[in-house]
Amino acid sequence: MAEHDKHGTFDEVTGKHTTGHEWDGIEELNTPLPRWWVLTFYACIIWSFAYWAVYPAWPLVQSYTTGWFNYSSRADVAVELAKLEAIRGDKMAALATAPLADIEKDPGMLAMARARGKAVFGDNCAACHGTGAAGSKGFPNLNDDDWLWGGTLEQIEQTIKYGARSGHAEAHEGQMLAFGQSGTLNKDEIVTVANYVRSLSGLSTRPGVDVAAGGKIFAENCTVCHGDEAKGNPDLGAPNLTDRIWLYGSDEATIIETVTNGRAGVMPAWIDRLDPGTIKAMAVYVHSLGGGK
Amino acid sequence: MNKPVLPKDLQTDPDGPLYVAQKKIYPQSVSGTFRRIKWYLMAICLGIYYFLPFVRWNRGIGAPDQAVLIDLPNSRFYFFFIELWPQEIYYFTGLLIVAAITLFLMNSLGGRVWCGYLCPQTVWTDVFYAVERLIEGDRRERMKKAAEGLTLQRGAELVLKHSIWILIAWWTGGAWVLYFADAPTLVKELVTFQAPMIAYIWIGILTSTTYLLAGFMREQVCVYMCPWPRIQAALTDEWALNVTYKYDRGEQRTSLKKAEQARAQGEKVGDCIDCNQCVAVCPTGIDIRDGSQLDCIQCGLCIDACDTVMKKIGRETRLIGYDNDINIHRRMEGKPEVFRMVRPRTVVYSALIVGVGAIMLYALMTRSLLDVNVLHDRNPLAVRLSDGSVRNAYTMRLLNKRAFDRVVAIDVEGPAGAQVQVVGVDQITPERPTIVLGRDQTTELRVLVTSSPDAQLAPSTPVKFHITDIGLGEVASTSDNFVTP
Repeated sequence: MAEHDKHGTFDEVTGKHTTGHEWDGIEELNTPLPRWWVLTFYACIIWSFAYWAVYPAWPLVQSYTTGWFNYSSRADVAVELAKLEAIRGDKMAALATAPLADIEKDPGMLAMARARGKAVFGDNCAACHGTGAAGSKGFPNLNDDDWLWGGTLEQIEQTIKYGARSGHAEAHEGQMLAFGQSGTLNKDEIVTVANYVRSLSGLSTRPGVDVAAGGKIFAENCTVCHGDEAKGNPDLGAPNLTDRIWLYGSDEATIIETVTNGRAGVMPAWIDRLDPGTIKAMAVYVHSLGGGK
Repeated sequence: MNKPVLPKDLQTDPDGPLYVAQKKIYPQSVSGTFRRIKWYLMAICLGIYYFLPFVRWNRGIGAPDQAVLIDLPNSRFYFFFIELWPQEIYYFTGLLIVAAITLFLMNSLGGRVWCGYLCPQTVWTDVFYAVERLIEGDRRERMKKAAEGLTLQRGAELVLKHSIWILIAWWTGGAWVLYFADAPTLVKELVTFQAPMIAYIWIGILTSTTYLLAGFMREQVCVYMCPWPRIQAALTDEWALNVTYKYDRGEQRTSLKKAEQARAQGEKVGDCIDCNQCVAVCPTGIDIRDGSQLDCIQCGLCIDACDTVMKKIGRETRLIGYDNDINIHRRMEGKPEVFRMVRPRTVVYSALIVGVGAIMLYALMTRSLLDVNVLHDRNPLAVRLSDGSVRNAYTMRLLNKRAFDRVVAIDVEGPAGAQVQVVGVDQITPERPTIVLGRDQTTELRVLVTSSPDAQLAPSTPVKFHITDIGLGEVASTSDNFVTP
């Protein structure tokens, strides 16, 4: 090290000057960049101006600079989606016309319907039924084999199309009456019949409650919809009370609440929002979840 | 060895710009052992690169018959008898590990063998220099012509040179795309302008990079763009044989005439006659006598140049040669030379190469051609059915890596009495669904496993899926769990 000058020192070992920057006695050698590198760098800066001109770049108060060609990534997406729809066109048309049962038989159509159904389900149905269609209290689990309005492909399609108590003319109608509110049954009777209902599927009953009397109340008030054997009626959306699946819950308090206040869950009609092919795909998807009849 | 550089030899002017102009290099032609090795290696490397796509390999009807093919649309990689699927990308990891350690090993034995002999940048630059030399003449002529400026003949030479360069570059880009499609078909399509646009785009990109990197950037790529010289510098050790100027023998550099006079008077002088031939032939324009340096790609051409001169003046060859500092110092101390090729570093590298290679080979030989993956439904995990039984649903992927369709049966070992059902499949026997798997493809199924209504279930029971090829008897298995709600 010697020859201090305004550029730092001259380093004899490397034969180079230092930049004059020093950290704890360690000095940085001045190693200039190759000219092509610097020129490339400048070219990139100029290139960036071209970008500003060609592509949307600067935010303005109300909008933004749109660039020479009015390029928009959103428009690109729309074009790509349209292309995708065009590719799917034939298959979706086939799906719309094929009988439901045939769709499940054809591996290609089944895969298509399941994929389409899953996507549409996520967008439209998951809000109530859950992303996995597992449902929750008041919203049926679509994976199981218990169906309020029937679990065949046609019945599922029908339910999706018109809904239940949706206000659509073709919708499923029928509801659980509010036996308590209307005064048809008094509190004691409701407790009694609730315990009888629990006994139908082998659940424990409250000691001291006359289950046989409950059976009588049931026969007088409930069998119209739920049937003599309490197996339910899909035409009326009356659930089977002898199985292990409970839409609102099987504990005594919940059943008492159901009988007292009634139940009337709503499933919207989708026929005005989704095209027939998509509804078919969704019916196949729901059916294929495992519970379909 | 570091020798002081006088301020007058400074490469940089402290008052000058903050960048340096590229120094034009005119490497002189040379012949000798290492030049010959480089010619052979160049022929082998380029031969493989340009002609490999045309090698055929019979894989049966319906399968591509190209020996090396990267089939992107169908996501398959074919290499002679090997066919790899995307999920077998780990074979490439193994290959990369072996390649990296091989580079380490080469480095600890012979320095930057890769840079000097095998790197595409070196090989193609060498080809381009050969073309340049053929058309414009050797170093002195080229320097003279460059200084003289443009004449008609010079212009014609330049046009010819660049045309040939572009042709080579175009062939290079063309060969690249042939690895991604059936080569003969693609060649035909390219010639008749029916090939897909993407092929022309890639040929264009690689033509321009080849032309630019081998024709103009040359040593700048090695010095400024490539990270490998830095890595290699860190990998070398004191025993590695690098291209070295043996300054113990060469110094003091003395011209032939003066050396004779000095020797006549009994003075000791070095063998280097300072003829600068080693500098003249260097493709990166350095002086090897300054010692080991970043810019040196260790191609060995200076060895050939020096040997030629030494033979001419009747002195011992290999004043420049593959050597290391240890031997330089031993010779200076009058001790015999020592070469240690076998040392812990090289042994460990070799062992790793053999080890990883063996593991890969074993994995490849025992590779299953029927595979099954199962993914348990997450939402819902389990479903209670109306009769009280529990159902779990699984997404099953079946991989048939054979070139023909096959029929498989699905067996499930799970909770006692469990039933298996595949959505969309009519079952002949309830507990053993059978599926047809298309050749060379993946089949995705929805599999439902249902316990018997009265089963006593633990919160989680292991469940095994066995897939049996009914024809060949091949079995693939996987396991998951069966859970309760």
